[in-house]
Amino acid sequence: MLLDDKSVYLMRLGDNALVLSQRLSEWCGKGPAFEEDMALTNIALDLIGQARMWLSYAGEVEGRGRDEDALAFRRDSHEFTNLLLVEQPNGDYAQTLVRQFFFDAWHQLVLEALRRSSDDRIADIAAKAIKEVAYHLRRSSDLVVRLGDGSAESRRRMQDAVDELWMFTGEMFNADETEELLGAQGLACDPSTLMDAWLAMVSEVFAEATLELPAGEWMQKGGKQGRHGEHLGLLLAEMQFLQRAYPGATW
Amino acid sequence: MYAQMVDTGVKRVQGLDEMSAEERAFQERIDAGIKIEAKDWMPEGYRRTLIRQISQHAHSEIVGQLPEGNWVTRAPSLKRKAILLAKIQDEAGHGLYLYSAAETLGVTRDQVYADLLSGKVKYSSIFNYPTTNWADIGTVGWLVDGAAIMNQIPLCRCSYGPYSRAMVRVCKEESFHQRQGYDLVMTMARGTPEQKQMAQDALNRWWWPALMMFGPPDSDSVHSAQSMQWKIKILSNDELRQKFVDQTVPQAEYLGLTVPDPELKWNEDTGHYDFGEIDWEEFRQVVAGNGPCNRDRLRTRVKAWDDGAWFRDALLAHAEKKSERQVAAAKAA
Repeated sequence: MLLDDKSVYLMRLGDNALVLSQRLSEWCGKGPAFEEDMALTNIALDLIGQARMWLSYAGEVEGRGRDEDALAFRRDSHEFTNLLLVEQPNGDYAQTLVRQFFFDAWHQLVLEALRRSSDDRIADIAAKAIKEVAYHLRRSSDLVVRLGDGSAESRRRMQDAVDELWMFTGEMFNADETEELLGAQGLACDPSTLMDAWLAMVSEVFAEATLELPAGEWMQKGGKQGRHGEHLGLLLAEMQFLQRAYPGATW
Repeated sequence: MYAQMVDTGVKRVQGLDEMSAEERAFQERIDAGIKIEAKDWMPEGYRRTLIRQISQHAHSEIVGQLPEGNWVTRAPSLKRKAILLAKIQDEAGHGLYLYSAAETLGVTRDQVYADLLSGKVKYSSIFNYPTTNWADIGTVGWLVDGAAIMNQIPLCRCSYGPYSRAMVRVCKEESFHQRQGYDLVMTMARGTPEQKQMAQDALNRWWWPALMMFGPPDSDSVHSAQSMQWKIKILSNDELRQKFVDQTVPQAEYLGLTVPDPELKWNEDTGHYDFGEIDWEEFRQVVAGNGPCNRDRLRTRVKAWDDGAWFRDALLAHAEKKSERQVAAAKAA
């Protein structure tokens, strides 16, 4: 059923932005420099704006009366469809940055494709979001270079983060039936087509950063289908606390 | 009001006839309402007092992110979360802007920040209180930003140019913060009984600390008199406090919330509200480091700074490598 596929797809886009925004806002007031505090808050804010647009649209398409907040605060972990990458804990600042870089590089490619979507509203949201994401990517790739090719300690931390997160990158390019179907209709983007461009972008930045692409080929998957790790449940428990504790209240 | 009890280093205020020619010319400029700019001559006491005042204000913006950050991951709607993030981002921006204003007086940001981390320089006492329920986020916007605006609007007219211009910009954003805070509290005060209870509980806890933000009574402060002569303080602590009470009490009534002061009542003769005695011992203890959150707040900032050392060092290392490479490339060419 097309409408179901479409709302599922929109929810994935919204969940990625929402969960990553939530992770970034955990850094609030605790960043390694004032400018970083500001930048992370800024990116978290951009992402939450994008999450709201995707989730509102998902709720409308779904037609069951769920608005952005119903989707954000009253679904359980198995109903969240974000990539496993974005739910990974912040770790040290290197891990936060590498997670961001992997995601930003992918996000930009996805939004570029969605700007040409046959669905006008998807194209509009993508066109708005891509302006923000172009800045996110510029910032994260610049910091990956500077920290990779920085001190011995920063290089080690960055390489550790790359090795830690690599197995969560494969999922970004696995198309499932929903994506294949909507991709064929020109409504969504088939992510398997983005792999080469993403790898080229990452390789180029890593070369300048003196970081190595991990050899490991085994990739985790399942986030998009609602199969998550243990971290997401705790993230949601915190995020959803008030809506769960006081159902029916208006905030 | 983010700077409290700023030490001017003087025991009493000099008259024009006791001043040197330079000091007199300086004071006359101030009296004539002409702004002092960074490169102008200024008395050492003026410069040092401004550094203290501006950096204390900047530190308050930076530390002030923590009590609000405490709820950003638990904000109950995406819209509220976005508003709160935007507010926190504004505050970090105010901090940076104010550090820049302090730097025009011949200190570096790292120097004044080190004084915060070592506990030598304070930030506003208000940020040493905990945010324990969601209504606190609205109440902080309503009362704390409300008190800050009360103090900062007159400071837009202060004698030091860079500071007055910073205040103009900061005030615009603060008044947005206050409005969103009041809106949040109103939503809760008109919500379910549980929400109303949270809103009342928040007002109960924040009312007195908010009044303390304006600093000790005028009778206790020689520094205020000097700062007022220099026009880096425009209205006295007690005047500001009274204005704040007069403005805020009707707002609380409109919300259907009770201000936690049994002695509070309208005085027909003075045209102001009379209010009860402030617990100045609590204020002194909080300023001295014994508030409920002083240790936590400072520990959090120190940890962030220490954990970030490798990051800042690496950026420097990269910049050095890059300039070495440029020099080498220039030689080779």
